[in-house]
Amino acid sequence: MLGFAQIFASRLVKAAVILIAIVVMNFFLVHAAPGDPAMVMAGEAGAADEKFVAQLREQFGLDRPILEQLGTYVGKVVQGDLGFSYRQQRPVWDILAERLPATLVLTLTAFLLALALGVALGTLAAVTVGTWADSAITVVALLAYATPIYWIGLMLSLLFSIQLGWLPAFGYETVGAGYTGLAHVADVGKHLILPVITLALFYMASYARLTRASMLEVRGLDFIKTAKAKGLSQGRIVTRHVLRNAILPVITVAGIQAGQLVGGSILIETVFAWPGIGRLAFEAVLQRDYQVLLGIFLVTSIMVILFNILTDILYGLVDPRIQVSQ
Amino acid sequence: MSLSELTRIPTETAAMTTTPLLDVRGLSIALPPGADRPLAVDNLTFTLNPDEILCVVGESGSGKSMTAHAMMGLLPAPHVRVAGGSLLFKGKDVLTMPEAEQRSLRGGRIAMVFQEPMTALNPLMRVGRQIGESLREHTDLPAPARRARVVELLAQVGLPNPAELAEAYPFRLSGGQRQRVMIAMALACQPDILIADEPTTALDVTTQKQILDLIRSIQAERHMGMMFITHDFGVVAEIAHRVAVMRHGKLVEYGPASDVLNRPQHPYTRQLIASVPHYIEHRDDHTKAGAPLLVADKVRKVFHVGGGLFKASKEVVAGDDLSLTIHPGETVGLVGESGSGKSTLGRSIVGLIKPDSGRILFQGTDLLALDRKGFRPYRRAVQMVFQDPYASLNPRHRVGDIVAQGPVAFGEDRGKALARARELLAMVGLDGSAADRYPHEFSGGQRQRIGIARALAMEPKLLVADEPVSALDVSVQGQVLELLDDIRKRLNLAMLFITHDLRVAAQVCDTIAVMRRGRIVELGTAREVFTNPRDAYTRSLLDAIPGKSWHIPEDLQAKMGSGVAGAH
Repeated sequence: MLGFAQIFASRLVKAAVILIAIVVMNFFLVHAAPGDPAMVMAGEAGAADEKFVAQLREQFGLDRPILEQLGTYVGKVVQGDLGFSYRQQRPVWDILAERLPATLVLTLTAFLLALALGVALGTLAAVTVGTWADSAITVVALLAYATPIYWIGLMLSLLFSIQLGWLPAFGYETVGAGYTGLAHVADVGKHLILPVITLALFYMASYARLTRASMLEVRGLDFIKTAKAKGLSQGRIVTRHVLRNAILPVITVAGIQAGQLVGGSILIETVFAWPGIGRLAFEAVLQRDYQVLLGIFLVTSIMVILFNILTDILYGLVDPRIQVSQ
Repeated sequence: MSLSELTRIPTETAAMTTTPLLDVRGLSIALPPGADRPLAVDNLTFTLNPDEILCVVGESGSGKSMTAHAMMGLLPAPHVRVAGGSLLFKGKDVLTMPEAEQRSLRGGRIAMVFQEPMTALNPLMRVGRQIGESLREHTDLPAPARRARVVELLAQVGLPNPAELAEAYPFRLSGGQRQRVMIAMALACQPDILIADEPTTALDVTTQKQILDLIRSIQAERHMGMMFITHDFGVVAEIAHRVAVMRHGKLVEYGPASDVLNRPQHPYTRQLIASVPHYIEHRDDHTKAGAPLLVADKVRKVFHVGGGLFKASKEVVAGDDLSLTIHPGETVGLVGESGSGKSTLGRSIVGLIKPDSGRILFQGTDLLALDRKGFRPYRRAVQMVFQDPYASLNPRHRVGDIVAQGPVAFGEDRGKALARARELLAMVGLDGSAADRYPHEFSGGQRQRIGIARALAMEPKLLVADEPVSALDVSVQGQVLELLDDIRKRLNLAMLFITHDLRVAAQVCDTIAVMRRGRIVELGTAREVFTNPRDAYTRSLLDAIPGKSWHIPEDLQAKMGSGVAGAH
């Protein structure tokens, strides 16, 4: 399919341009903040004499013209080098690589769970519209949508780990247990349950509401009347005709939200002491660890762009009209 | 059921010609409380025989579609429900059948074709599969046999490359092609009854003719009983064996087509037939006096569609070498099918679209050469009446304000403008209190009157009316056309009347310009164009007018133009 390859190629070119623009903007954003790492380090060292600061600046290249600094930074980023964190005395890439898997496991599990449950509940609500089942789903969705996410997290951990003692309250794995293989996976899985449920509840609620509304709208369209006039069963009408058309807006919203998941899990990671990117970002801001911060910005931007392209491809697969109009 | 059984003509129906296929007895359908009337359909009784086309005629809200929907179990439950009566299919009441049995009838024994081919197909499913679904539900055919049958069906409804077309998505197909697909879908299981709910109303006149021919030949070939719902007496004259006329949910006249068409008894039927525009009734030649009010000279407009980073955009020529003149007091009809570019020219004259080249001279001034500010005085002089009276009035403004807005924007005193608005509303036949009400309180015909009053408030010299009556019922259509004609005479207005309906054009236009694919193919007086068309396309358009061999009964022809009192 030439059309498809063309769309994909054009999207990649656009993505690359956008990414470079993001890198440049991030760079200026961080430099717009008052003070520089040299000042902070000198301040923390307690010996803030001019010469020491100047020496630090020279060492980090902070005395060069800003455009030259930008050039150096962009040049390095293009080569895959995200710089060095003088705070942690490690390359930024290593720090990110260590934290990224934890975040991805958490957010992707939560996202997929939310999507599956949300669409299922929304469909159920739309099919049983006006009955008690619909009302129950609508109320639950509204509550989950309106309640602050960290509060749900705290309450869940209060109930399931402190009161009942069923699940661990925080962390990624049992520290010092030294599990390997399947036992390790099970251990991480156990730690995952509460944060995943907390994060998924909110998204599930929005997908359920969206699916319900969208299905009710599609249900009134002419081609559903055609399907009924063909004598199709209710189940077939719902799955083949209503749901497939109703899912389009859900894909759009889910695509946007999927990109934000990495950055949006900061609260959850803080509540459950989850060693992911979100917490890393929080720490980096407090410590003015600009190199790490820039790295996180870049990674989250790439995620957003990646998920956007994925959404577009998915959209093209579900809706044959898209390829033509593009 | 095997393939050979499916394709043979059912003999049982032929044997049952004495008993009706469908027997509707005292059917009543209740509307939810708070609707404008308690019963959508009130004590309706009629029969449908095998090998017969029964036309159910009525205006919007007459309950004709409700009847069909009740038959197919498509009533919007729980708000609308059958309140009484029975619907007997071969002697068995459909309404009391268990749901499973009803479903096997639907699409199997009784099939339906809908009005809007553009929205009646699932946009995300291949055409072939949508037809195949019917076969899957009602027959035991294995998948390969179903696919073969789908291709066969698509060929039967006259679609080119049926095998390829089965794999296409609906958006690739034109309106006429989609309606053919719908018909193929309805025919898939060899139904005994085919219900067609205004199947050609949304189509162009030449496409309508093709679809009507197709429906008629298929009905005759398979000896189906057919219930054909329409508002158009031309179509009735073309295909009906028997006619049932409905009004406000009640059957007012019922009988053989020749009787109802040529000797209508009920006053409502007579009124409906009298308001049918008939192209024989063209006007006398208009005597052009003085300098032309408007001259369009070689107007050209190209739209660029699509395009992107790796793809050049597609050029669509909406208008090319368009030239015509409009004299004071003259009505020029711009006639053509959808996509012919007639609205593009209309909108260019009003200044809503900027043509790429050519000149539009209004009293000698080239409107296209003017900038925004220079064009402003001419906005007053050229006013437009839009097609959709439901969408063209701001629902949050009072009618008086809507009419007065234009003059106020041109610096008129608000009080004076509102007083003038009341006068105008009275002039278009609306009640004095209309000015204080909101658009949703009015019917379609009344809204179109408001639209006309709004245009007149600017005291224009030229009125551009873009399909002003195509969204209206026939009897209302007749009244609005009369109003336009009356105003034109009184104010000596020039009018550009854009329409797809030749019969309407014949009734109101002095000069006719026929458009096709962005070009004017024929331009002449109404008399010339209708009695002696020179262009082959004009001839095919005239030829496609439904019911042209039928002549409106003479005692009703006199009624035309005398009008029906009261605004609807």
